[in-house]
Amino acid sequence: MAAEMRIVLRNADQINPDKIEDYVQAGGYKALEKARSMARTDLIAEVKKSNLRGRGGAGFNAGMKWSFVPEAPVKYVVCNLDEGEPGTYKDRTIVEKDPQRLLEGMAICGHAINSNQGYIYCRGEYPYVVDLLRRAIDQARSSGVLGDFNIEVRMGGGAYVCGEETALIESIEGHRGEPRFKPPFPGVSGLWDKPTVVNNVETFANLPDIVMRGGAWFASIGTPSYPGTKVLTLTGDVVNRIPIEVPTNTTIREVIFDFGGGIRGGKKFKAVQIGGTSGGFIPESLLDTPIDADSMRNIGATLGTGAVLVMDETRDIIDIVTRISKFFEHESCGKCNPCREGTFRAYEIMKKINKGQAAPADLDKLALLSRVMTKACLCGLGQAAPGPILTTMEHFKAEYQARLQI
Amino acid sequence: MITLTINGREIQTPRGSTILETCQAAGIPVPTLCYDPDLRLAGSCRMCLVEVKGRPLFVASCVTPAENGMVIETDSPDIVEARKVILELLAARHNFNCQVCEKNGDCKFQDYCYQYGVKDSRFEEGGRHLYPIDDPNPFLERDYNKCIMCTRCVRACEDITVARAINVKNRGHNAKISTFLDGNLSDSPCVFCGQCVMVCPVGALTSKVSAGLGRCYEVEKVLTTCTYCGTGCTLELNVKDDKVVGVTSNRTVEGSPVNKGALCVKGRFGWDFINSPDRLTTPLIKENGQFREASWDEALDLVAKRLGEIKAQHGADSIALFSSARVTNEENYLAQKFTRAVLGTNNVDHCARL
Repeated sequence: MAAEMRIVLRNADQINPDKIEDYVQAGGYKALEKARSMARTDLIAEVKKSNLRGRGGAGFNAGMKWSFVPEAPVKYVVCNLDEGEPGTYKDRTIVEKDPQRLLEGMAICGHAINSNQGYIYCRGEYPYVVDLLRRAIDQARSSGVLGDFNIEVRMGGGAYVCGEETALIESIEGHRGEPRFKPPFPGVSGLWDKPTVVNNVETFANLPDIVMRGGAWFASIGTPSYPGTKVLTLTGDVVNRIPIEVPTNTTIREVIFDFGGGIRGGKKFKAVQIGGTSGGFIPESLLDTPIDADSMRNIGATLGTGAVLVMDETRDIIDIVTRISKFFEHESCGKCNPCREGTFRAYEIMKKINKGQAAPADLDKLALLSRVMTKACLCGLGQAAPGPILTTMEHFKAEYQARLQI
Repeated sequence: MITLTINGREIQTPRGSTILETCQAAGIPVPTLCYDPDLRLAGSCRMCLVEVKGRPLFVASCVTPAENGMVIETDSPDIVEARKVILELLAARHNFNCQVCEKNGDCKFQDYCYQYGVKDSRFEEGGRHLYPIDDPNPFLERDYNKCIMCTRCVRACEDITVARAINVKNRGHNAKISTFLDGNLSDSPCVFCGQCVMVCPVGALTSKVSAGLGRCYEVEKVLTTCTYCGTGCTLELNVKDDKVVGVTSNRTVEGSPVNKGALCVKGRFGWDFINSPDRLTTPLIKENGQFREASWDEALDLVAKRLGEIKAQHGADSIALFSSARVTNEENYLAQKFTRAVLGTNNVDHCARL
């Protein structure tokens, strides 16, 4: 059986998250000290060498992202802890178990891009995490480990779209949470139009180990194109509904049947949705795919945030996709036409299919709308929203056909 | 200069141009709804989408910088299909009552539906908004059942007038342009300048003062200078059958060098006095406590005679001229010239010093 490999969750349940002394005793803040002894360019080169790719969903090379940041008097490091993706609780887990690791990762990034101000944008539904983080920041500040790097916490108001980095920036600035067009990318013009690196919690949390053990070590773990580990959060009809941290060459089958302990109640597997609500639905035939972002993309799915929603044989795919469509209809910010109106119409058509009132023409219409949204929407929300529809139309076509009005 | 290929044509454009600017300069039409050259960019209507070779997604040409060597298609079948779907999605929320709409013939949405052959929407099931349109103000008609959510009004209010009276409320399909707490404009910071009417590409925002008086294709537009104050704003009087039926903005630098189309409430909405029966059209002379009509010659002769008498009897400094900020610069120039050169006194002032 495949084994867990813990990097970002290494200290989980081993230390008291409310005591910085525990973290320091476990080797904490040595990496920041080492990073600060390095030239910035060398530090960025090391992170590039690790091939660490963003753990928030988009999977962009973190070192590369940092290297685009121009010289400027004011720059910001922003941590995305919005974690609005249903079924995802990895960032919360990382921070709850080991908040200092996040702070250390952010400070390492701060040194790399020459910034002394960090913001953590925390999901509004995690008020206790905000409290924990503020205590952790106070401890780090008074013990002096952060040096001149300052970190503040900002709370979200519950909008899913604010997990999108530019909408997140708008929200921190006090504006309506709507994405900006890109370019300019935040690395060049982000928070208050200053160069800003936005990374996910898990991305930052990997940095201390990359700095201590070297980029080459990290790059050798898991799949070479997306190395390291990934924290996955198991939900749905799986025996073990737990967070796990596994190398990225672990297969979906291993995730569900080894770590997850298989399907609940002795039932059969039907489908799994990975990466969050916009993730593709994966049928049994593709379960031997490794979980790394590229392998997932090759089968029309995503790794995304690492949420793993398992569905057993009794689950109604059409009903689930209808509920997912409702989610996107509710969470579309309304800025761009294809998402604002498209998510509404997609939900309308899915409801019709779900009620058994749809004709074959409705399926064509839904496929057309989904295709256009994927390529035409302003941000990732609208582009990814049709994913569950398109993948279930491909892999579970029979369920759609069976529901049509004859 | 950089070189790129658009629809098979090699085109040169200055570095820093967007794809849309490049297309416009080269005479390649690209449809836009949210784009306005005088406003902060939004990139949200997605009508100006084009295909760039090597990019997996369509790009909005209004916000995407042109790059050296780009290969672009502005009207590929996929792009046309996407634009049609977007128009159909908007058609499913837009209240088409073109037969009575003030913007008929001057509506970008109508034009694009025509151009792309969008007769009906495949997406029309339900979900039509039925927003009330009563806003008890004398100037602005707000019919959000026609709104296509381009947010040009929001940006004009913020960027040009800096009143920030409106913004977007709610999310997704229920997103709507709104004042604070969705109240009346008169209870908001709105100054009724009508810049929102100027930029609205559809009939969602129109002038109540011009309602029913004439369509855009029935009026002659006469470029003139606003006489309400000394700023010197240019505006277009909309004239139908020798009567002014509205004011619109000329937004070109050449036609409107002072204000680039922006106006205030008076310039945009305060023109109904022109044809008012209460308006004075001849001079009046007061005799025995009663006004009687007089000719200009008679009236001016009387004024000249009396001013001359006062000056002879009491000296020029016994006379003062008090002018107004509410006349044009040229009129104020003439007033001080007349006071100094003709009356012979420096006693000239105007209300802006009060």
